[in-house]
Amino acid sequence: MTTNDAKLTKKDFTSDREVRWCPGCGDYAILATVQTLLADAGARPESTVFVSGIGCSSRFPYYMDTYGIHSIHGRAPAVATGLAIARPDLDVWVITGDGDGLSIGGNHLMHALRRNVNLNILLFNNEIYGLTKGQYSPTSPLGSKHKSTPMGSLDRSINPVSLALGVEATYVARSIDTDRQHLTEAISGAYEHRGASFVEIYQNCNVFNDGAFMALKAPDQKEHNQIRLRQGEPITFGPDNERAVVAEPDGSMSFMDTREAGDRVVVHDAHREEPTTAFALSRLSHNPTGPTPIGIFRDVERPVYDDMLRDQVQEAVDTKGEGQLTDLLSSGNVWDVED
Amino acid sequence: MLVSGTIATRTTVRLSNAVVRFAGDSGDGMQLAGDQFTTQSAMAGNDLATLPDFPAEIRAPAGTLAGVSSFQLHFSDQDIHTPGDAPDVLVAMNPAALMKHLESLKPGGTLIVNSDAFGDRNLTKAGYEANPLEDDALTDYQVHEVQITTLTLRALEGHIERGELNKKEAERCKNMLALGLVSWMFSRPIDETETWLQTKFASKPDVADANITALRAGRNYGETTEAFVFTYEVKPAKLPPGRYRNITGNQAVAYGLIAASVRSGLPLFYGSYPITPASDILHELAKQKHFDVSTFQAEDEIAAIGSVIGAAFGGSLAVTASSGPGIALKTEAMGLALVMELPLIVVNVQRGGPSTGLPTKTEQSDLLQILHGRNGEAPIPVVAASSPSDGFDAAIEAARIALTYRTPVVLLSDGYLANSAEPWNLPDVDSLPDLTEVFAFTTEPNGPDGEFLPYLRDPETLARPWALPGTAGLEHRIGGLEKEADTGHISYEAGNHHAQTLLRHERVQRIADDLPPLEVEDPSGDAQILLVGWGSTEGPIRAACHEVRQKGIPVARIHLRHLSPLPNDLDDLLKAYPQVLCPENNMGQLAMHLRARTLVDVQTYDRVTGQPFSSSELVEAIEALVTEVPA
Ligand code: SF4
Repeated sequence: MTTNDAKLTKKDFTSDREVRWCPGCGDYAILATVQTLLADAGARPESTVFVSGIGCSSRFPYYMDTYGIHSIHGRAPAVATGLAIARPDLDVWVITGDGDGLSIGGNHLMHALRRNVNLNILLFNNEIYGLTKGQYSPTSPLGSKHKSTPMGSLDRSINPVSLALGVEATYVARSIDTDRQHLTEAISGAYEHRGASFVEIYQNCNVFNDGAFMALKAPDQKEHNQIRLRQGEPITFGPDNERAVVAEPDGSMSFMDTREAGDRVVVHDAHREEPTTAFALSRLSHNPTGPTPIGIFRDVERPVYDDMLRDQVQEAVDTKGEGQLTDLLSSGNVWDVED
Repeated sequence: MLVSGTIATRTTVRLSNAVVRFAGDSGDGMQLAGDQFTTQSAMAGNDLATLPDFPAEIRAPAGTLAGVSSFQLHFSDQDIHTPGDAPDVLVAMNPAALMKHLESLKPGGTLIVNSDAFGDRNLTKAGYEANPLEDDALTDYQVHEVQITTLTLRALEGHIERGELNKKEAERCKNMLALGLVSWMFSRPIDETETWLQTKFASKPDVADANITALRAGRNYGETTEAFVFTYEVKPAKLPPGRYRNITGNQAVAYGLIAASVRSGLPLFYGSYPITPASDILHELAKQKHFDVSTFQAEDEIAAIGSVIGAAFGGSLAVTASSGPGIALKTEAMGLALVMELPLIVVNVQRGGPSTGLPTKTEQSDLLQILHGRNGEAPIPVVAASSPSDGFDAAIEAARIALTYRTPVVLLSDGYLANSAEPWNLPDVDSLPDLTEVFAFTTEPNGPDGEFLPYLRDPETLARPWALPGTAGLEHRIGGLEKEADTGHISYEAGNHHAQTLLRHERVQRIADDLPPLEVEDPSGDAQILLVGWGSTEGPIRAACHEVRQKGIPVARIHLRHLSPLPNDLDDLLKAYPQVLCPENNMGQLAMHLRARTLVDVQTYDRVTGQPFSSSELVEAIEALVTEVPA
């Protein structure tokens, strides 16, 4: 996290490149939110790097007036890890999508999270392959009918938040592209967090998968389906908070009438060391077609991989002294040949 | 046979050189024995070359042919370049080792066998129908049957009784007994080995003591038994004056990378995924963190090179290494590094392929993969190490090219170089290239209107600016999509793509303008045959050339450090000789490349046995070429 006194605006984070997403794409809203919040948070463009993979969302770095790498499919977390290790002074962001981050790049995402590298990872989940024009993705619901699955997809989808919690990511949040305020909170939390932060953003692809998140967005549905996680508060939802999240004896969670639930209502605590409760919360919905938690699932402090790596280098210097080439070359058995 | 008693006199025979091979089960500690014998030889001032050879399995089934591990050492009072063809002395710790290696022992050579291991079970496992120690299978050799296991246990009786180690642990010291015997045979002091054992087993003094006892017992056995009539001595070699140490190829590459980091002032970032035979570079660098070395063991080969791209973008001297299968996985990212025009090094320690192939055996068969194995027109500079210690200079040269031209560079090594050792005349650190001169980070906008143009090139080297994140005013975004000249903006324009493709070729080609002329070894000046080599074949080719010249056949020799771009003076050289022969541990990959470039009818000598060439087979190949020359 880099801060500086000179106040910047959204414009300072906006590049001169024409934005080329389809009109109406959810990516626009996310871009505007990130540009604004970085300016507000006091980030510096020169100390900010956006690294992306391949896919619609991965064009994101071109539109930021910061440093940026548009890398190859799925590999952004790996590229960003090297950069974060080499440069502790930078804010390194990863922009990925459901195909990029969970299919071809699932391995790298998992390892960046479990290592707790100091990265902010934003996963734009639109439950579809947009750039390749409409095949089902690893987050498309089972039975999805798209170009490559005319009779319905056969594989169960990944719940990205469950995945992140499963590898004990230290900051895990979920938000919605068009909910400016909520999205700002979720991403600002990621920015503030030292270590790997993961934010899943439900992003509408209005060309190939329009309306995938209607249950959480449509005015007549959203109040019934958005389960907002607020630190320290009982988890209830519905127009009159009439429904509550309660813990079951088997460790899972379920819904109940708030009046009946009494003190069984789960009180949200993102700072719990154990990821188990957060994981149970993430299992309340598999795809966001019904009641679905949004907000910060987990936010804990853990040693950061790249900090520790640099500490080891420093420790080696402290104990052995700065390396001297002549000593290195002549280490071990040496002998002299005279003239 | 256990013999007691002493003999008063014994003849010491002076040899110019000797080849000794230790062979046994992979659990028998042959690599350790060989390593220690190598150190003794180095300390005796011999020139030397080693050839470790072990199975890919950590513990292949005991007693089988597949489980045999061997270590060969060639040492000499002369300048030598190969680990030797046929051994003069073979130590065979079990029937499988004998079965596998007897064939290569010189007729009349000395054979030391552990007769304790020649029971029926082991004989059957090795495929012997009858015990070779009991029939006339070994009449051509000077055979010494030694009860190595029994002698070891006897020497350690006291240790076992005192409960310092059990019988099985005691038996494990038999490699030291064998080493002690061979050390004695070659008039070698064993104190260096004793010191080494004390350090290695510092936390287990009983084990150190047992090994030392076994080592001494081996020496004393040689001393006291009458079976050994001769001992041997190889005088120090007349090497150029200087300070020496032994070094393996992997170690030399690691040291070269550290040297390049020190001499460039850039921190070294090393991202890699474990793979045979490259992992030792990671192990070595992980020990040297006090040189501001960051080592990152990635989750896979792709992540390894991905991390390296990120670190290079951040301003590190960034390096990854692998072997063929891993390089295959890295190819897409190598293309990205190429178009992002970032300086980084990819080390390929080649092994037998295709696919998983022969993990622990050497081969040079990734050359075309490295030159051409990427999507699109994707030229990358390539340099190759030619001997174990040359890995040091080759790594520095790779870094020089990467930093000067802002490009990924491939450094080729192979399984033989990686694990073999040779004496290395230590360079004067101050004489190493000053790499701070070849690059500078860009700190100011370079465009006409005060903007930053990330692809505005140096007119001479065509290198683009290296502008690091953290520098205000130079923010830029780059990636794998085709770029417009200067701005680096995405461009799909047809003419632009053609122009950029030409430029990327030209950029690599220009490196050749800066290379020193090729060194031609043609002592008589009237050679009709030119040998062209690259990589680890230098030793055997050099030795073979030396040998045929002594037979009166004049031959010339060049060895290529740079495989892409090829040196500018190569074409004329190849055309100047009526015959050109290119020996390679592949099916003629460089030859194919040279033919395509020069239209010269380059002859090939290709073998892929997982072993380096012997000089004698190359002598034959050269002689065959001579008889072809029309009178
Ligand atoms: S295809 Fe979908 S995700 Fe891609 S830009 Fe268009 S609307 Fe956005």
